[in-house]
Amino acid sequence: MPSKMPSQPKTSFWARLFSHQIVIPILALLLLAIFNLISDPTFFSITLGHNSSGNAVLSGNLISIIDSGSELAILAIGMTLVTAASGGQDISVGAAIAIAGSAMVRVLCGGESSPTELKAPIIVAFLIGVAVAMFFGAFNGTLVAYFKIQPMVATLILFTAGRSIAAWINNNELPIVPGEDFKVFGGYIPGIPIPAPFLIAIVCFIVTWLIMKFTNLGLYVQSVGVNEKTSRLNGLNPELIKLMTYVFLGVCVAVAALIKVSRISSINYSVIAKDIEMDAILAVALGGNALGGGKFSIGASVLGAYVIQFLTTTLYKLEVSAVALPAYKAVVVIILVVLSAPTVREKLSRLGKKLRPDKHGAEASKA
Amino acid sequence: MSFLFKRNQPGFLKKPGKMTDTNLLTTITIVVFLVMYLCAIVFLKEGFLKPQTMLNLISTNSYLIILACGMSLVMITGGIDISVGGVTALVSMCCAVYLENNGGSVPVAILMSVGIGLAFGLVQGFLVAYLDIQPFIVTLAGMFFARGMTTIVNANPINVTSNESFMSLKDTRIIIPLLGSTTKKGKYIPATIEIGVIVALVIVAVLFVMLKWSKLGRSFYAVGGNRQSALMLGINVRRTTFISHVLCGLLAGIGGFVYFMHIGSGSPAHASGAEMNAIASSIIGGTMLTGGVGNIIGTLFGVLSLVLIQNIVSSIGLDQAWWTGITIAAMLCIFLIIQSIIIAHRKKANKAAGAA
Amino acid sequence: MRDKAILEMRGIYKSFPGVKALQNVDFTLCAGEIHALMGENGAGKSTLIKVLTGVHIKDEGKISIRTKDGQEQEVQIHSPQEAQRNGISTVYQEISLCPNLSVAENIFLGRGDSAFVSWKKMNKRAGELLQNLGIGVKPTDQLASCSIAVQQMVAIARAVDMECRVLILDEPTSSLDDSEVAKLFKLMRDLKSRGVGIIFVTHFLDQVYEVCDKITVLRDGTLVGEYEIETLPRVQLVSKMLGKELDDMADIKEDVPEFKATDELPVYEGKGLCSSEGISPFDFHIRRGEVNGFTGLLGSGRSECVRTIFGADKVTGGTVKMNGKTVKINKPKDAMKNGIGYLPEDRKRDGIVGDLSVRDNIILALQVKTGFFKPFSKAKATEFANEYIKLLEIKTASVNTPIKSLSGGNQQKVILARWLLTNPEYLILDEPTRGIDVGTKIAIQKLVLKLASEGMSVTFISSETDEMLRTCSRLLVMRDRKLVGELTGSQLTQNTIMNTIAGGDKNAE
Repeated sequence: MPSKMPSQPKTSFWARLFSHQIVIPILALLLLAIFNLISDPTFFSITLGHNSSGNAVLSGNLISIIDSGSELAILAIGMTLVTAASGGQDISVGAAIAIAGSAMVRVLCGGESSPTELKAPIIVAFLIGVAVAMFFGAFNGTLVAYFKIQPMVATLILFTAGRSIAAWINNNELPIVPGEDFKVFGGYIPGIPIPAPFLIAIVCFIVTWLIMKFTNLGLYVQSVGVNEKTSRLNGLNPELIKLMTYVFLGVCVAVAALIKVSRISSINYSVIAKDIEMDAILAVALGGNALGGGKFSIGASVLGAYVIQFLTTTLYKLEVSAVALPAYKAVVVIILVVLSAPTVREKLSRLGKKLRPDKHGAEASKA
Repeated sequence: MSFLFKRNQPGFLKKPGKMTDTNLLTTITIVVFLVMYLCAIVFLKEGFLKPQTMLNLISTNSYLIILACGMSLVMITGGIDISVGGVTALVSMCCAVYLENNGGSVPVAILMSVGIGLAFGLVQGFLVAYLDIQPFIVTLAGMFFARGMTTIVNANPINVTSNESFMSLKDTRIIIPLLGSTTKKGKYIPATIEIGVIVALVIVAVLFVMLKWSKLGRSFYAVGGNRQSALMLGINVRRTTFISHVLCGLLAGIGGFVYFMHIGSGSPAHASGAEMNAIASSIIGGTMLTGGVGNIIGTLFGVLSLVLIQNIVSSIGLDQAWWTGITIAAMLCIFLIIQSIIIAHRKKANKAAGAA
Repeated sequence: MRDKAILEMRGIYKSFPGVKALQNVDFTLCAGEIHALMGENGAGKSTLIKVLTGVHIKDEGKISIRTKDGQEQEVQIHSPQEAQRNGISTVYQEISLCPNLSVAENIFLGRGDSAFVSWKKMNKRAGELLQNLGIGVKPTDQLASCSIAVQQMVAIARAVDMECRVLILDEPTSSLDDSEVAKLFKLMRDLKSRGVGIIFVTHFLDQVYEVCDKITVLRDGTLVGEYEIETLPRVQLVSKMLGKELDDMADIKEDVPEFKATDELPVYEGKGLCSSEGISPFDFHIRRGEVNGFTGLLGSGRSECVRTIFGADKVTGGTVKMNGKTVKINKPKDAMKNGIGYLPEDRKRDGIVGDLSVRDNIILALQVKTGFFKPFSKAKATEFANEYIKLLEIKTASVNTPIKSLSGGNQQKVILARWLLTNPEYLILDEPTRGIDVGTKIAIQKLVLKLASEGMSVTFISSETDEMLRTCSRLLVMRDRKLVGELTGSQLTQNTIMNTIAGGDKNAE
């Protein structure tokens, strides 16, 4: 008869500290900040200037980080949910951004290569972009949830075809969206010196936070991610919930696409949002979320996204060329996944036990 | 394949019923390929009747055959390797820089290619097999690392033009007897292939023999079929997984050199999407993503189907670049769904057999 | 060592953290006998087998085998491979072969030293072996295309070809139909006549009496005894497995809460229910304030019955009425909407959401019931959780503690709290007392009676008959996936239950 359950192993200070998800990205952020502070104290300076259209704008490395990290942060929100529910990642987000962006440009330009005025209201174009992105999200979600294909392989299809579909939507032309109105989303809102993408990212984060607060999405997604069988027995529909997370990621993709397209008022199918899927996955991992699904923290992922942008900007400062960046990031990813691998953790904890044999030995003999 | 049919079915269904998954999927692929080729000959005539058209396609894609073979090995054991395209680009860049700028010799370049591939295979294999990290994540990082390294080695495209021994190797053609054609003027043009094709076919033959007749090859299938069972049957699962990744890396290195031999230059943009084509070829060739099912001959035909469909698409006038991506993805999608349905049927059939 | 014995285990001890799984167990197997190893859940039979096959290492004791040349030899078994080298092979319930390979390959995979495979030779040898053993399958067939029974037999063929002298069959028949079982038995008898010793683990009593020569019974990790099959009638076997001597049992009967049937319609009434898990169609009803239960040995189908009621498995037939109104229950959500709650048998697999907090685990079912757009505030959820933590005396550091770090009993209480929170009209508890401490067991039984007195209908399932006698006013008896009897009032005694389970006489008077 089991008289007493074995007592819980005492968690060490570090283990307890690292159990708080948000600690990892904050730690990484601090590390980067200190590094930059030492190598170049002017890194953090922010100046108020005027841009070409005469708006008062802030500039500096920090501003460029929160500006250009925004699309990634928005994607990280959706990617976190997809990871949590389906235990895998969507690698087609970059391609999906190309599709959604292409659809928006097509609606705005009405098929002409350089129209003189917008052919449709921006909101209509945006909503169509959202619809298109949600459709492709649903496509991925269906393959994953109902056909039970591993997420990364299922999304490989769209990864392969996405940029081609994007080119096809605009007949392989690169139309230029006319007017200043459309530039706002990737630039500055007149009168506000903070970059608009950052504001959009904040809005997205708040909306998601409200959704989490006023619906059961968070609970359902975590429950399905942790234990699908139990979730079903408690009345949930795991397939539908997985599908929903992919559709939600579609919305995030559309918002990110709006910013990306607005930045240059045009689209380049083969370059837009290139390699962003890697960064999005990295953001989720850096946020301390288990890549195998389950519990998640969207705040940590968003912070993770900005940390990655911080890293990117720092590497630029060190005169690493843009194209060589993936190599450095890949090393970071490998270090992260190796450290979070269960086998490695087990070995590390065994090592830790060896260093303090007295305590655990005593516990074991008690049990 | 009996799960597609009820047990004790009438006689005419019995034959496919007794086919193994591997053979069934390979047969589907070969039939699809032949039907497509016949259709192309009947409806598109020009070009497809000449053997040289197909031979050129094979020459251009011999590296893809090699990459897809490596991919199949990993996929049969239940893994995946998406770094092969990156490795190909890295290998061709390193070779180009070495041969053009440093005046290196060809044998050393070959050794270097193999070494790079092997290094990727060893590291990735170790992480996947002994540290239990998802192969997709590991090789995704591998792919980005390789792509990044390519630009670090040299950020701009570089053409090899000054290295005599390499140029002569690159231009070597092997004449195939009997398949030549005669021009309108009555001049006989022999059918030729590049050296890469020979390399690819040798690799296909070696791997086919290995998978079919060697103990190691059968271990790949066993591990992919059911890791736990394989362990109980006395197979070293970790080592088998490790070897599959090492071989895949090695083949990516060789494939990289073959690619380089064909294209004669190095560029960060080279072999972009090659990993996706390799995976697609493997899947179309009947390798199951879940592992345990696949065949090198099927993979060969998978590559040929992929190449053929691209050619067909361009010859019916859809020569815009995007059609390639869309058709490959569509084929991939269809074959993935076929596999998914086959798995679902098998589960149902097994359950029915259990409950009966 | 006895004369014909080929395997002898003496004084085997094995414990896991907190559990003494085996205590001083002896086991002897002779050449050419089929020896049944019996015991209820947690009796230690699977631990004994795992010690024998090297999956677990014994703490104490001695294992001896007789080698090919008749020598007696003590062996240390540390891995399945070592067990196989010593001539001990196991065929598990879950087939441990590769479904994607051919029959012949599955027989020869991972054996021999040559680096290459000769298909011709392999197929020929496999063909001879299969023919020799009377297994009607071609060596070139893919394993997945064979029926489960044939797959079992291929596994046995592999074992035989590895010259095993001790063959362990661990619940091989649980997914076979009658004709397949007959084929398997024919093979077993054939092997027996060749001098192989077979250890047969099953929960089907009929099969034990059909094919076995001897029975060893374990209970709570200790040896109850070894018996010749002729000397141990069924009823006695059941009593030994359950640990109640027949004579003692008459007095055990406690004050069963008398349930007075009223005229009102049953809360739940199902007719001709069956599911994809292969249960014979059964009728079932329960009235307001009633506690009833399904009893039967492990694997008799009692869990499958309640899973059908709750819609947890695919429901393939039957009609359901709740309070007289016809309703459709095809999935768990339907059942929940109709006020049914279900505490599953396998707590870890089906019950807890391991990584989530105690609070989330408690509110999960109610939250699903209230709907997607009506989440509780954190304060409200904490209030609910604290209420039940207090009510059920759940020992947890806080509501935020992940449920997986709680002890088994407390996890069970959390899941119970989850369902109580939904305020169900009808609550199904499948093995709520399994693997938890005695105090909690009693607490749960008391709670069941209290809930019933407040008007809730409860179906209670437990492997321990006295728990059911203490709580239930009506028992439905299952045997071999069929509902074989219904006991009420004075029939509720250990004796009658055991007789009905064993399938002795139908009139259990």
